[in-house]
Amino acid sequence: MAVSWKRKDLLDLESLSTEEIELILQTADSFKEISQRPIKKVPTLRGQTVVLFFFEPSTRTRTSFELAAKRMSADIVNIQTNASSLTKGETLKDTAKNIEAMKVDIIIIRHSSSGAPYLLAESISPSIINAGDGSHEHPTQGLLDIFTIKEHKKKISGLNVSIIGDIAHSRVARSNIWGLTKLGAKVTVCGPATLMPPEIERLGVKVTYDVKEAIEGADVINMLRIQIERQGQSLFPPIRDYSMKFGLDAEKMRYAKKDVLIMHPGPINRGIELTPEVADGPYSVILEQVTNGIAVRMAVLYLVSGVKKRIE
Amino acid sequence: MDILLKGGHVVDPANNIDSEMDVLIKDDKIEQVAKNIKASGIPQEAKTIDCKGKMVFPGLIDMHTHLRQPGREDEETFLTGSRAALKGGFTSVLCMANTNPVIDNKGMVEYVYSESAKAGLINIYPVAAVTKGLEGKELTEIGQIAEAGAKALSDDGKPVMNAEILRRALEYSKMFGLPVISHCEDMNLSMNGVMNEGFVSTKLGLKGIPRTSEIVMVMRDIELMRLSGARLHIAHVSAKESVEAVREAKKRGIKVTCETCPHYFMLTEDAVIGFNTNAKVNPPLRTKEDVEAIKKGLADGVIDVIATDHAPHSLEEKDVEFDFAAAGMIGLEFALSLANTELIKSKVLGWSDLIRKMAVNPAKIIDLQGKGSLAAGSDADVAVFDAGAEWVVEGKRIESRSKNTPLIGRKMCGAVVLTVVGGKIKYENGKFN
Repeated sequence: MAVSWKRKDLLDLESLSTEEIELILQTADSFKEISQRPIKKVPTLRGQTVVLFFFEPSTRTRTSFELAAKRMSADIVNIQTNASSLTKGETLKDTAKNIEAMKVDIIIIRHSSSGAPYLLAESISPSIINAGDGSHEHPTQGLLDIFTIKEHKKKISGLNVSIIGDIAHSRVARSNIWGLTKLGAKVTVCGPATLMPPEIERLGVKVTYDVKEAIEGADVINMLRIQIERQGQSLFPPIRDYSMKFGLDAEKMRYAKKDVLIMHPGPINRGIELTPEVADGPYSVILEQVTNGIAVRMAVLYLVSGVKKRIE
Repeated sequence: MDILLKGGHVVDPANNIDSEMDVLIKDDKIEQVAKNIKASGIPQEAKTIDCKGKMVFPGLIDMHTHLRQPGREDEETFLTGSRAALKGGFTSVLCMANTNPVIDNKGMVEYVYSESAKAGLINIYPVAAVTKGLEGKELTEIGQIAEAGAKALSDDGKPVMNAEILRRALEYSKMFGLPVISHCEDMNLSMNGVMNEGFVSTKLGLKGIPRTSEIVMVMRDIELMRLSGARLHIAHVSAKESVEAVREAKKRGIKVTCETCPHYFMLTEDAVIGFNTNAKVNPPLRTKEDVEAIKKGLADGVIDVIATDHAPHSLEEKDVEFDFAAAGMIGLEFALSLANTELIKSKVLGWSDLIRKMAVNPAKIIDLQGKGSLAAGSDADVAVFDAGAEWVVEGKRIESRSKNTPLIGRKMCGAVVLTVVGGKIKYENGKFN
């Protein structure tokens, strides 16, 4: 491979070069086969300790990371807490330093505050992998989405990708935008005006409030999950209205290209973002995203652990 | 002891002086400012200080500080805040009411005077709250507060969201000649925001505070001032449109005054990139365009005052997730050097303009008799500044008890070498007396 991996942490896709993204995708490709073996285990991370440090409820991402680490023979510790550590009187940094003192190698963190993984990365030595921070980024989700698109479309450059939903609060949208635009895709974001963050077009995307426009000509449609708990806040339209205007159903699918891919980071609010016939329909690659998530996360764990060893 | 400050470049805009002169201090008053004060006119025991090549001006007056006493003495006290002030050339400061307990009654106003006198370094004047407990609901006992010597009223840190209450506060304070200092922020619009709303907040996924949150309140408060005929001073102006609103009001003959802070003429929202909590401040750092508009407002006189909004915070309040970090940065020790670099050297302001905004106008707005001027008989509050001295901001050399500033590691241009308060040398070349 032309480039080698030099980063201790994976915090975002914003700072990655095109080559680094390609390297992760190629590495993931070589790991994908492991999960198809009858004995799904390689010794790559034997003796390494991986901490899953989740400050937000998560089933899919946490399980995916856990399986990725286990299939590489790492030892896993799960720390799951709903509240911020502040409520216990201990700061995030102190908690992290305690974990560091237990001599762990990789910390995978999910946190409801944007930037929380950066606070760890600058203060402790284990590798930090961002598993979603606030509304900022979710780099491994972005990577697995791109990996899935590439499997089907063979390339990213020149593709039209539409991301539909609550763009303002979506870390998935941001990581997808960074990754896809770096690889040459044309990205359109679509959602209610109240959920469109200001000046997002400066990230090199097209903005539309017209879902038909976002669907027509798209090679890929990535439907974001709506956080129902936000309903009732002034910025969120009533769910029915949202679903009628921005949800994807068979009717709206008539505008779509014949070979469109329908994606969703999960978990799906059935009947809100996607009707069952679309979620389970022939264009849907939603479950492939889940499968690929493990390969991509194995690749990330492998790459950062290699750097860690070289530093030591 | 009498003091002769010899041969410095004296900037005393209140008396139209901007040239090389001597300043003679007798007891606690200015005796004379003149060229080559003759030996015969100088008492023999006078201490002569060579100020050749340095700037000499009336002691600076900061209309906006948070000294955290009482309640958060771990962050700042009258003593540590005074030392920071002296190092920055400030001889008088107003301290805001958002302490714990709040300065919202006569007893608390008296407490600030008596406790700060124990520190005994600079003049500290309390600002008292507009509403009890800063809750925005019930007016404080403004009459008694005025009698105890509060210099202004402000719920700073928070706006008075209820316009009717602010109207009555303005009307009531008018009787006592107290200005109201308004923190302009619509809390509904800024709801849980942590930085300026714009491209950077979009990139970082942080909740934005729209500029409109400040602008609508500046406009509202100008109208309330017009309605009440009272004195209103707008704190920490950060947005271009706020400057424009004040400019329009002044054109219409409304006597509103306003201030900005060094961070609004030198930093943009880009300082937040990397989730730097030391760049978290309220109102938030805005865009390059706003910085330019603030400079223009300073240059054309729309912005009357440069204040620091010195807001000390402990490390544990800053070394956390950006969402949870306290807003604010310290400023007393850096304001003059920053103004030197960003305004004087880049020719936005001349020295007389700058000293007007950092001494003359504050003294006028809060009615401090005998301050902001070097006229004979004025209080002998003087700062001597070496505009060419270079230094680097280092945490361990900060005098404030808190070190929360995005300026650590930054090269500064210009340093205060001498600060005289009430005729006494309180600070000289890094040492306090």
